[in-house]
Amino acid sequence: MAGIVGYGAYIPRNRITSEEIAKQWGKDPGSIQRGLLLKEKSVPGLDEDTITISVAAGRGALERAGIEPGRVGALYIGSESHPYAVKPSGTIVSEALGVGPDLHVADFEFACKAGTEAMFVALGLVEAGRVEYAMGIGADTSQGAPNDALEYSASAGGAAYIFGKEHLLVDVLETYSFTTDTPDFWRREGEFYPRHGGRFTGEPAYFKHVMTATERILEKTGFKPKDFRYVVLHMPNGKFPLSAAKQLGFTKEQWETGWIVPQMGNTYSGSSPTGLAAILDVADPDDLILITSFGSGAGSDSFVLRATELLPERRDRAPTVRQMLDGTRRYLTYGQYAKYREKIIVND
Amino acid sequence: MPSPRYWREVPNRYRLEGAKCADCGKVTFPARHVCPDCRSANMEAMALSRSGKVVTSTVVRTPPDDLLMESPYAVAVVETPEGARLMVQVADCDPEEVLPGMEVSLEFRLIRKEGHGGIRCYGHKAVPVV
Ligand SMILES: [Zn+2]
Repeated sequence: MAGIVGYGAYIPRNRITSEEIAKQWGKDPGSIQRGLLLKEKSVPGLDEDTITISVAAGRGALERAGIEPGRVGALYIGSESHPYAVKPSGTIVSEALGVGPDLHVADFEFACKAGTEAMFVALGLVEAGRVEYAMGIGADTSQGAPNDALEYSASAGGAAYIFGKEHLLVDVLETYSFTTDTPDFWRREGEFYPRHGGRFTGEPAYFKHVMTATERILEKTGFKPKDFRYVVLHMPNGKFPLSAAKQLGFTKEQWETGWIVPQMGNTYSGSSPTGLAAILDVADPDDLILITSFGSGAGSDSFVLRATELLPERRDRAPTVRQMLDGTRRYLTYGQYAKYREKIIVND
Repeated sequence: MPSPRYWREVPNRYRLEGAKCADCGKVTFPARHVCPDCRSANMEAMALSRSGKVVTSTVVRTPPDDLLMESPYAVAVVETPEGARLMVQVADCDPEEVLPGMEVSLEFRLIRKEGHGGIRCYGHKAVPVV
């Protein structure tokens, strides 16, 4: 059986609070915090992007796996903020991680689902015996348009997973993918900020795909919600995953560990993968874990996982998600944030 | 036009690859073919630890044009546990707080962009360990 042999995550140290953004636009901070359940979000530094986040997360995954980097035969990076329009992020990440040059590299895109997409393909190649180890990364430094609801959530971070067949930290018991054509959120070529379909983003997009993928993987495995110790669903804001988890029959004890969005924001392709990393940081052997991602466009990937005896031994080799969320933070003013996100234009 | 020098330096910029003298143990960064201490040519490739201590530092307030948005920032000479020294920008902190003896980790970051449409150059920066 194939599974996860190493994982790592990275969240930038810069933060901006929902209150600071709300003040900028004359909105009531309390109603934003209550409505979206967002307290603060991570902000990439001027020197951080999907590539640097992938390298940091990938280094953590290699440390926890304890394997020679050269044995990794495939590297896939899922993001909707690849820094180059033409030139794969994976080429730079593979060189920095030392996993190349004898490997297969590709960049994936599927809005917020590109991370689990990379993980899904990496797992498949290992199961098929095509490569010994494969790494799948989800990372983003997404932007919301100023004064748009997305500005409170769009944040930066990511997680990396290495799949293999031996010395597993986590068994992958089952996967399920569900995809339809749904125009809930998009960005045309050449546009700087994405657009979304307002109310169209809820029921027909997020809820339909997350609920269907989750229900069908439960059907496929025969597990019931109560069999799981932990669950993480894609977190576009604080509210959606709570509402979906409740409708599916999961309790607070099951979702609260992976529900890191109030402090991290929505890291898009890194969202549910980083929530999963927060779960692996504390899970006990034999715990059953369920993850369902969501990408606008739209689709969801679900994985049913089970922690092994090896997981607790390996987790201390790299920083945990909670250490990054609760550790050193630098709070930005809206002005500093606008500079960091390159919203200020200066003369050459 | 990407700088050929940047590309040639990818192993040391991306993976901190230096060299260790097989005869006297001296570690150099970037890698050298001949040991600066004992003149031996027995130099072996070796990756530095991604951690170190600030030896000396300064604050840059009048930066080159492409680092205008990052100003002011600290630049430091950092010594790794292997004894190699490298000059790096210090990120994610108040530049005034960077002082000799400060423990830092070395993180992979964007160093600069070659103009508007040019390539993005990556390497390592120091980040204070708290
Ligand atoms: Zn020597």
